[in-house]
Amino acid sequence: MSELATHRAISAHRIQAMVLRYWYLLMSSWPRLLELIYWPALQIITWGFLQNYIAQNDGFFARAGGTLIGAVILWDILFRGQLGFSISFLEEMWARNLGNLMMSPLKPIEFLIALMIMSLVRLAIGVIPMTLLALFFFDFNFFAIGLPLIAFFCNLIFTSWSIGIFVSGLVLRNGLGAESIVWTLMFGLMPLACVYYPVAVLPTWLQTIAWTLPPTYVFEGMRALLIDHIFRGDLMVWSLLINAGLFAASFAIFLALLRSAKRVGSLLGGGE
Amino acid sequence: MRSPPQWPNEQAEMVNSDAMPAQLAAAGPVGSAAIEVAHLIKLYKTTRAVDDVTFRIARGSVTGLLGGNGAGKTTTIAMIMGLVLPTSGRVRVLGHAMPEESAEVLGRINFESPYVDMPMRLTVRQNLTIFGRLYAVKDLAERIEQLASDLDLKDLLDRANGKLSAGQKTRVALAKALINQPELLLLDEPTASLDPDTADWVRQHLQDYRKRHDATILLASHNMLEVERLCDRVIIMKRGRIEDDDSPDQIMARYNRTTLEDVFLDVARGRMAEGTSS
Repeated sequence: MSELATHRAISAHRIQAMVLRYWYLLMSSWPRLLELIYWPALQIITWGFLQNYIAQNDGFFARAGGTLIGAVILWDILFRGQLGFSISFLEEMWARNLGNLMMSPLKPIEFLIALMIMSLVRLAIGVIPMTLLALFFFDFNFFAIGLPLIAFFCNLIFTSWSIGIFVSGLVLRNGLGAESIVWTLMFGLMPLACVYYPVAVLPTWLQTIAWTLPPTYVFEGMRALLIDHIFRGDLMVWSLLINAGLFAASFAIFLALLRSAKRVGSLLGGGE
Repeated sequence: MRSPPQWPNEQAEMVNSDAMPAQLAAAGPVGSAAIEVAHLIKLYKTTRAVDDVTFRIARGSVTGLLGGNGAGKTTTIAMIMGLVLPTSGRVRVLGHAMPEESAEVLGRINFESPYVDMPMRLTVRQNLTIFGRLYAVKDLAERIEQLASDLDLKDLLDRANGKLSAGQKTRVALAKALINQPELLLLDEPTASLDPDTADWVRQHLQDYRKRHDATILLASHNMLEVERLCDRVIIMKRGRIEDDDSPDQIMARYNRTTLEDVFLDVARGRMAEGTSS
């Protein structure tokens, strides 16, 4: 509770300092920059050609032009958004800098806001070239989705931050031994979030679980838009409501894990 | 529910000795000291890393925390900083309860420890800029130039931290620790792995800083010469408990030794000070 109380006076100055820290790091390392662009580009090229191939052979996919490419780009927003958040956090663990930050006036909420901003920066570096490739290679204009894209994006990025906050808390508490969770947890959501297929293909009991995940509503909404040309505002509202709960829960869990890390002394080491 | 531990009176603060040292009296009334620690206990599962430690440190003093590996020095300092939560006991820093009121304190203190590094890919200037902003340092560019001049870092400012030697990195870490002109400086092995010349240079700088700013310094060290030279007061820890607490001269006199190193060996090997019994 006392930690929550310290979040009242948030300093833009300290958030700016942390964003600057990650910006310096990105700009000092071309492999880091290249890595941000490399995988999304590879993804879109692979899936784009697959979509072209399927569209030539199947009337449904020919009608539902772009659903695969759209799903790939939206999935990458979700996945890269979380990675962008978590990798910036891991940089502190790898640099053994967390103790310096925790001992400074930086508050946990400021740290998390800086990580959110950096996830947007890293996402932009990876996804904007991806959308341009989709446009020039596969004639799919992602931005032609228009205003619904804002709803899709906001919901996906909120989910990615919630997962990012949660896994960062796990690494904070358990050290770098828990690092693999950062890279793999989101893939655990993939089958249930119904990225590439409608929720209806799942068994009924799994559908119930799938509808508890905010991204499911977004991917379902994307298919409704691209196949049936209908924007499902109701799906976006549900997604936002679940996201709000998920975000609050992740933040509370992060604070609990931070407190637990202080109890077991893992902030001093931060190693394996 | 267990009642919170009370601040001990000054007579009770001396551990393992009947006499109250002048340094404790100089710490002034409860609440006015730089650091006040009362009945601090830290349990890691069944291991007692810190076992009922109580002391107060006067503002403007330099206190050395001595002890072998596993004595509880680092855990004690970490609890003072709020990086580790005590199992029980209380910590007050600059008059504020830690970690509850850490927001009131963290901008006024700083630390250096071998358990943390600064980002390796960033230049010294970038690192100091970030920490200067985190600590809301005014006229930051001037402050960085001043520190670079004081700590002989001018030629290193635009070099990546990871490309520096151990001695240079220690100076950069010290610059970070001094960036906000802290009232209280917590140092864990500040000269570990430094050559004698650099170590001496760091000690001199710490002495100068303390004089200029009337700062309080608490340092954990294995280096007895360092402690003799820098500290007004020494707290010797063993297996999580305070074994002795006094000025270096008084402690050496009590053990009938001429160096703190010999006292350290006596404590480590279980030889008692004169006038005490097991």
